[in-house]
Amino acid sequence: MSAVIEIDRRTETKPLLVVEGLTKHFPARNGRIVHAVEDVSFEVKRGSTVGLVGESGSGKTTAGRAVLRLIEPTAGKALFDGVDLFSLSAAEMRAYRRKLQIVFQDPFSSLNPRLRVAAILGEALDACGFPRGKARRERVAELLTLVGLSPDHATRYPHEFSGGQRQRIGIARALAVEPEFVVADEPVSALDVSVQAQVLNLLGELQKKLGLTLLFIAHDLSVVEYLCDEVVVLYLGRVMERGPSKLVYAAPRHPYTKALLATAPVPDPTRRRTHVALTGDIPSPIAPPSGCVFRTRCPEAIAACAETIPPVVEIGNGHHVACIRHDERA
Amino acid sequence: MSETLAADTILSVRDLKTWFVTRRVIAKAVDGVTFDLKRGETLAVVGESGSGKSVTSLSVMGLLSRPGRIEGGNILFRDRAGKVHDLATFGPADFRKIRGREIAMIFQEPMTSLNPLYTVGDQIGEMIALHEKVSREEKRKRALEMLKHVEIPDAASRLDDYPHQMSGGMRQRVMIAMALACNPSLLIADEPTTALDVTIQAQILDLLRRLQQQFGMSILFITHNLGVVAEIAHNVVVMYAGRVVEQAPVNDLFAHQRHPYTKGLLACTPNAGRDIDATGERRALYSIPGSVPPITALPPGCAFEPRCDFAIPPCKAAPPPLMPAGSDGFSRCIRSAEL
Repeated sequence: MSAVIEIDRRTETKPLLVVEGLTKHFPARNGRIVHAVEDVSFEVKRGSTVGLVGESGSGKTTAGRAVLRLIEPTAGKALFDGVDLFSLSAAEMRAYRRKLQIVFQDPFSSLNPRLRVAAILGEALDACGFPRGKARRERVAELLTLVGLSPDHATRYPHEFSGGQRQRIGIARALAVEPEFVVADEPVSALDVSVQAQVLNLLGELQKKLGLTLLFIAHDLSVVEYLCDEVVVLYLGRVMERGPSKLVYAAPRHPYTKALLATAPVPDPTRRRTHVALTGDIPSPIAPPSGCVFRTRCPEAIAACAETIPPVVEIGNGHHVACIRHDERA
Repeated sequence: MSETLAADTILSVRDLKTWFVTRRVIAKAVDGVTFDLKRGETLAVVGESGSGKSVTSLSVMGLLSRPGRIEGGNILFRDRAGKVHDLATFGPADFRKIRGREIAMIFQEPMTSLNPLYTVGDQIGEMIALHEKVSREEKRKRALEMLKHVEIPDAASRLDDYPHQMSGGMRQRVMIAMALACNPSLLIADEPTTALDVTIQAQILDLLRRLQQQFGMSILFITHNLGVVAEIAHNVVVMYAGRVVEQAPVNDLFAHQRHPYTKGLLACTPNAGRDIDATGERRALYSIPGSVPPITALPPGCAFEPRCDFAIPPCKAAPPPLMPAGSDGFSRCIRSAEL
């Protein structure tokens, strides 16, 4: 009995996905380079949810897509169950796609308006060689029920659905091939507030029911805090801080994380902010600042910050931070 | 003017009806909206898509596009000279006289509101020249002054920048500079921070608050984000399906919601402190079932009734009126006293 529990615990904590040194450069004009993602590393434990947070230009979407090779990464590794996805040939990768799926942000542009729901889900089923006929109709009905829609919806077109329902169809399509790992790229950002909670609850339920592992990309900090076991904070393509959500939210150690948490508006007028934590704008990823990329906006920057790129170091309990002054604030 | 306006009120929207009438359907985008904005204060109008919040602001500005039309009600506005106008009766020429000078507007996406072919200095200057007779030098001087007011770093060198050379946050500052160039007494801000990142959003909200103190303008702030409302508003109007469902001073509204829709909106925003228990287990979030009904197919009774946890049979009968609720607010719910 105790041996079984032992094994369970080991599989529980073993990461399903290990991303190491993920880098993505895009060519810009005049031979210059957009440093979209630079040396990003993190792990996603099996059955857990990791949140990638950052502002626009932080590289969170690029990182999520590069992991799935929807964008070809420039460098790095993505070990999925021990296999480096980046070393696979296109044909080998195709076999892996069944295990790795994505839910897109905009449920209005990510569903083909000319296909009925049955055909939209059918495309995913085709891709994994699911037979046509009665079995397929049953599978479509099963998927629709799974995401809280009705089997009758299979004959309708996307425009007949509300935003929340469309996102459910997007989720059903991702789940059609029974993936182990799903990247959810801002899946509720385009939805009305009153509908967001429905979709977040659905993701939570499905994760429990199907044992899914989720990489949740978002800019809304309160959603990430609620949904994610661990969080990775990105700024200008680099990891600023990462670790268990509880630790990062309760005691952020990077000035950027602190600023993000301090500036996010809270629905409580008695807690109104009194000052702006950050000045200026996010610099261009074509010419990122030397040393720490955050130093140009950092209220705690010193001369040394311009000299070296701060390494991401662990400060205990899986809490990592990339700031040369993190010790001073311990 | 037959209608009267309290001395401390700059804008009073009364039973406003803005409908979009086509041969086939009548979309009552705004259907009987009433609220007051006090001088020097910020009134937030909150709602989801389809609530009518933007159509309300466009009605006040006279920027409705066909087939949208004001079908009834008044929009009483007090100008700087103290004269009260009913904007609901204004034609395009009347609006041109007060737009920019008395009432200005900023929008969600600054890039689409700025002309890409002119420098920001020229665009701010043009705004001033529209309403005042100024020399070229004076125009440039005033434009620079405005850029400084909106805290654009190194303003003198940015005066000759084109919009594409600026970041989203900077462009929104330029929009604000243009809007305030003629010192309007009312600023309408339609989701001005929705397209911006949180750190930039915080800067713009701070800027608006500071400029309000400095210039004393009143702000009608349209948003869907309750966090932003808590940051900036003095009073709040909550809209659903073209109608006001609740109105209250900001502290009262967040402390005690008198309409189930407002209650639901606040409850379904994730809050780890409330929604994760001591053992780290996530509780399911409260969610409002269903989705916002299309404005052309509203239920006969209360528009929120099909999604409401508190609905009782009388709610289906007729749309409830907006009734006083709490010490200084209103609710369009027949059970507001029980909430």
